[in-house]
Amino acid sequence: MNGAHDLGGKQGFGAINPEPELEEPLFHADWERRVFAMTLATGMLGQWNIDESRHARERQHPVDYLRHSYYENWLQGVETLLQEKGLLDIDEAGLQRLTVPNASGAEKNLFSGGPTLMPDVKAPLFGPGDSVRVTRRREPGHTRMPAYVQGAVGRIEAHYGSHVFPDANARGERRGEHLYSVSFSGEQLWGPGAEVARVLVDLWEPYLEVPG
Amino acid sequence: MSHDHDHDHTEPPGDLALRVKALESLLVEKGLVNPDTLNTIIETYEHRVGPRNGAEVVARAWTDDGFKQALLADGAATVAQLGFTGRQGEHLTVVENTPDVHNLVVCTLCSCYPWTLLGLPPVWYKSAPYRARAVSEPRSVLAEFGTRLPDDTEIRVWDSTSEMRYLVLPMRPAGTEGWAVEDLQRLVTRNAMIGVEQAATADQQSTGHDA
Repeated sequence: MNGAHDLGGKQGFGAINPEPELEEPLFHADWERRVFAMTLATGMLGQWNIDESRHARERQHPVDYLRHSYYENWLQGVETLLQEKGLLDIDEAGLQRLTVPNASGAEKNLFSGGPTLMPDVKAPLFGPGDSVRVTRRREPGHTRMPAYVQGAVGRIEAHYGSHVFPDANARGERRGEHLYSVSFSGEQLWGPGAEVARVLVDLWEPYLEVPG
Repeated sequence: MSHDHDHDHTEPPGDLALRVKALESLLVEKGLVNPDTLNTIIETYEHRVGPRNGAEVVARAWTDDGFKQALLADGAATVAQLGFTGRQGEHLTVVENTPDVHNLVVCTLCSCYPWTLLGLPPVWYKSAPYRARAVSEPRSVLAEFGTRLPDDTEIRVWDSTSEMRYLVLPMRPAGTEGWAVEDLQRLVTRNAMIGVEQAATADQQSTGHDA
């Protein structure tokens, strides 16, 4: 879905106003710190994956998504997932089936991460130098295909192998699709006189087609 | 989303803090979250994982060409040798700035960022204006950070739409020949590794990423 989170190229948001690097605190309120930690800790229960988590934030009403601060969107997302997965009503038997990480288990998890590289199950359709067009799609679910590249023609710069495909992963289906780094000229995306020479976007094979 | 901190919320901050506290109490009471685990997670990103990691990687690349070539060829495996592994750093591509090419990193769809090397992203990186404008008007964005590039420098913007994370390898400042890694890394700002600034110059007092 191309909700309010799909921000690339949107106009009207004004200046960035960055805080000076050395003066910016990591969290701006204690509740942000707690939301961050609760989101990671409940994620470690293994009841949802990162794409479900992103989708839970993205499928708020667009006005809410834009009005909320960053960690308010995280809070909204984790509340939605806890509710939908039934964890807030969990009973003793249900809890027994979960592994609740302790501090050292969590630490191990943070420092090992979760790679998304998958075994190839088919040959890649494209290779470096190939010209590709991004498909146009309007599906209700999660996707990592930004609206601003849809319909644009780009060039494959690199093939990253098969990686977990977010559109399916957000529905709980973990499978790999070939992932490419695709470059687009500024002119292709924004017209003549663009400020940017090239924009490089990571795109999975199902998002791409041979230009007609 | 917002870039400043005095913007309107529909809920006053007090209500938000209460809502968060209520959720935490519920999760702990249900046994779904262990309080020590929350503390470990916070402690990790407040004190152990941050931009000093990335600064060390950059300073090593400036002083050791073999390391630099390995870093550009396989980012994740190369920084793992320095112990920088984990979440939001499983897959890593390092992109090198040169006199002809300047790289800038953004995540237009959310807030993807190389945590293992830079820690958690600053507010502006996650804000709507940066996410909207970095891909379409990067020169204007850079100017807001005080960064002005020659007109013929090619700007490449990397939109982090997959689990591949991107780190910019800034140019080594002039006048730093013979400097040790520990001194060089003080010139490597977080912002330079995102690509909104150049590394600090030899005579600028920098950044506080002490080893």
